[in-house]
Amino acid sequence: MTISLDCERVAKRLSQEFPGSVLAVEKPAIVLEIERLREVAEFLKTSPEFELDYLANLTAVDYLDYFEVVYHLVSLTHNHGLMLKVRCYERTKPMVPSVVDVWRAADFQEREVYDLMGIVFKGHPNLKRLFLWEGFEGHPLRKDYL
Amino acid sequence: MALKTEPFILNVGPQHPSTHGVFRMRVTLDGEVVVDVEPVIGYLHRGIEKLAESRTYTQIIPLTDRLDYLASMTNNFGYVLAVEKLAGIKAPERAEYLRIIMAELMRISSHLMAVGFFLNDLGAMMTPVLYMWREREKIMDLFEMVCGQRLTYNYMRIGGVSHDIPEEFLPALKRFIAEMPKFIDEYEQLLSENEILLARTKGVGVLPREMAINIGASGPVLRASGVKWDIRKADPYSIYDRFDFEVPVGTIGDCYDRYWVRIQEMRQSVRIVEQAIKQLPRGEICARVAQPLRLPAGEVYGHIEAPKGELGFYLVSDNSIAPYRFHVRPPTLINLTALKDMVVGWKIADLIVIFGSIDVCLGEIDR
Repeated sequence: MTISLDCERVAKRLSQEFPGSVLAVEKPAIVLEIERLREVAEFLKTSPEFELDYLANLTAVDYLDYFEVVYHLVSLTHNHGLMLKVRCYERTKPMVPSVVDVWRAADFQEREVYDLMGIVFKGHPNLKRLFLWEGFEGHPLRKDYL
Repeated sequence: MALKTEPFILNVGPQHPSTHGVFRMRVTLDGEVVVDVEPVIGYLHRGIEKLAESRTYTQIIPLTDRLDYLASMTNNFGYVLAVEKLAGIKAPERAEYLRIIMAELMRISSHLMAVGFFLNDLGAMMTPVLYMWREREKIMDLFEMVCGQRLTYNYMRIGGVSHDIPEEFLPALKRFIAEMPKFIDEYEQLLSENEILLARTKGVGVLPREMAINIGASGPVLRASGVKWDIRKADPYSIYDRFDFEVPVGTIGDCYDRYWVRIQEMRQSVRIVEQAIKQLPRGEICARVAQPLRLPAGEVYGHIEAPKGELGFYLVSDNSIAPYRFHVRPPTLINLTALKDMVVGWKIADLIVIFGSIDVCLGEIDR
């Protein structure tokens, strides 16, 4: 059984390591400060206590007030999982740091989110639309698109 | 006199028999050798995630059939499990067993197609695939008996399945399960030590273990690289913890390992179905579920081991009759992340083989 890590405990540990990086604990997820995402991701992947080496799923949700990017992480060694979120309150050009160099699994998934939701992933090596053609106007999965 | 050469750009697909659908690869070649490849996708994008936002939870089930259309049963299965997880619905025992039987038959069918077309890509045009289709046809017939469909089944329901099995189903299934191991032996006899197959696949298109994990590969592609990770074992869903089966893993992650893992998984699926037939209880086939169903506000990520890898459904509910957000984690799209690393340096004929060994389905990639 893949165990969901105790969010409270992980949040405490992350706050120790990176003060101010955790904004809230909303079970089953931890909401991170957007600017600290990269270092926290790096830490969660490499530190032996977590070893979250597998990014199972990356997606985004449009809540109209803000965009939420969701990360489902799994450790194949310890068989435990964790859910991370970051929130972006900007609508015209929302920016979230890319995690491609931490987990390459994010490559196509970030491109998909960019394509359909219009979130720009800073540092992505090849941020192009994935499904729709270049020149397509708008981002269809946004709630105000249709 | 020094000869001047220049790279050559070739479009493979989107309309090409070896791209298994409308997939396009923009390949840069130096002579016959691949120096770069860029996958171009989206030709089959139907906006399923957006469509789902204006449909009730039950109406979404036929949409999931159209994801990986070679494994519709498992798509149904993954989706209804995710909804049940959020709603707290429990399917009756008999329904759980029927689901497992269908899901494992679907895995055999999907792997038969994968292996058959993989041989097609190797240049064994149509002969191996017809052997595989002989058995796949029987699985189609079985599915037709239970739900009247041969490709898009729409069989599972939230809380159970749509129909109980007809009288003639179990005898036919038992016959199929009894003869299937012999057929798998036959494939292995024809293929597993075939000199041409070995020469074309051993050591070709290697996906190293670390890279496989880092790119989020799943299913036979991940296991061929030597990672023993099968969601049926690692995070058992439904009633998979009641069955005795093994998880075959490869050694180096080349095309041969991916072929071999699929063949062995078919044997394990036969074992699971055998056990499920023995344990199959009588009783209800569907729980009572309010229509239209309203899920409690919240979110859920449900994942299953589909034939091609980890199929995940991320649902966000706002307590209305339709999901607020419906996201599919498509295994084959993510398995393609390392395509470039696997093919660069190989010849164009190997490109087709390596791509074939990943076993993609464009319905699921493009959604």
